[in-house]
Amino acid sequence: MKYMLLINAGELDTENAPVGCEPEDWMRFDKEITDSGVVVASESLADLVTATRVQVANDGKRTVTDGPFAETREVLGGFYVIDVPDLDVALDWAAKCPGSRAGGSVLVRPVAEF
Amino acid sequence: MDQVEAVFREERGRLLAALARRFGDLDLAEEVTSEAIEAALVRWPVDGVPPNPGGWLMTTARRKAVDRLRRDQVYAAKLAVLQVDMDRAAPQATGGELPDERLQLFFTCAHPALAAEDRGALTLRCLAGLTTPEVARAFLVPTATMAKRIVRAKQKIRDARIPFRVPDPHELPERLPGVLQVVYSVFTEGYAASSGPYLQRLDLAEEAIRLARILHRLLPAEREVTGLLALMLLVHARRDARTGPDGSLVLLEDQDRDRWDHELIAEGRGLVVTALTGGAGPYAVQAAIAALHDEAADFAKTDWAQIVELYDVLLELDPSPVVALNRAAAIAMRDGAEAGLALLDELADEPRLRDYHPFALARADLLHRLGRLPEATAAYESALRLAGSEPERAHARDRLASMEQT
Repeated sequence: MKYMLLINAGELDTENAPVGCEPEDWMRFDKEITDSGVVVASESLADLVTATRVQVANDGKRTVTDGPFAETREVLGGFYVIDVPDLDVALDWAAKCPGSRAGGSVLVRPVAEF
Repeated sequence: MDQVEAVFREERGRLLAALARRFGDLDLAEEVTSEAIEAALVRWPVDGVPPNPGGWLMTTARRKAVDRLRRDQVYAAKLAVLQVDMDRAAPQATGGELPDERLQLFFTCAHPALAAEDRGALTLRCLAGLTTPEVARAFLVPTATMAKRIVRAKQKIRDARIPFRVPDPHELPERLPGVLQVVYSVFTEGYAASSGPYLQRLDLAEEAIRLARILHRLLPAEREVTGLLALMLLVHARRDARTGPDGSLVLLEDQDRDRWDHELIAEGRGLVVTALTGGAGPYAVQAAIAALHDEAADFAKTDWAQIVELYDVLLELDPSPVVALNRAAAIAMRDGAEAGLALLDELADEPRLRDYHPFALARADLLHRLGRLPEATAAYESALRLAGSEPERAHARDRLASMEQT
């Protein structure tokens, strides 16, 4: 069963260095999850200031606005799609992910099957 | 027929657990469990009880499940695990008994991915065998609301694929407290109803004990399971003495201790010893405190010094404001009302205690004992406002009335 792990960055605290999510922690995690063979897809996203939002109204008019959006507390920083037997295994990977530390969180969502 | 149904109540949980694990779907498991039991109720009185009743039920239920899935391919496709499971050999029923897979079901029903309010409901429904209206009554919500909650929870189990499995030993310390919490919360609602005409709801307390007994049989070496069962037995032993003939609340100090259930106390005390051996958890310590109350010949002879020591241990294991409140009440008994009140006042800003009836009541009683009557009146008024059940309200009203007379 496929699950998407949506990695939400924690609020950045410049005074206290985040625990367990240094670049080397990310590299170690990425290697571990990739080597285990469960990864279907994964990306990390560029900084939020590069984001652009598109909305199309009922009359077809397109609105393009510059992200980021004020008061967004959880910022999607990247994702993994993994294929594992059940939710417990997906939750274990989420807990290992450095994104779940230092005030961040990982949202685990099953991928719908049609 | 009632007797037969009582037998099935126990069997139902086992059957349901085995089928849920096999098909990965509680809905289907519930449906075919009921159908198999209905079939047994029709057939057995005519054909006689089969030599292997558990096996008969399992085979019947499994056949009905496979039929149902052949008819409904869309549903079958949803349960992706099924293809494997349909081919796998049927679990072997030994000696007429089904393999007991209820522990898996306990962990699924109490899974942290489910909403906290749904875990108790599912556990009562699947493991205690309560019907949806009965579960609704247990949680004091309309049947339709409860039905929706149960449907939602079962859907999450199926669609997010929450597994039916016992956590590995290294996961148990993280997962077992959740299961115990579900059982204990059923018990506490039975011990002191959060609303309604009765102080206690004995049927709920007894369901919780029944669940804890099953858990204890399944996990005999887990000290906190033993501790929880001991705690509930030692507290439940006082049930008959906790209310007067009119249903009014009788405080521990006024209870007729001859009316305590000495058989339960003996059983609970035996379990406490086991639970405390080799490192005690919070339930075992609470059980030890309950045992000290149960062992005292009367209220004055209670070993308050040891109770305070146990609360000190408990506060380290579980540093919660409610434990601190109970410790303060014990200190008031050991060292006097003044000492207890000083501790209570330190806790006054705790958000969890601000609207907590036992806190207001404990404070009112201590103020009363110290002769600080206007403050005691105000505290009893808070207690009256925060009381849950009608007997709790009546008790607070009585106290207020007695203040006016003095």
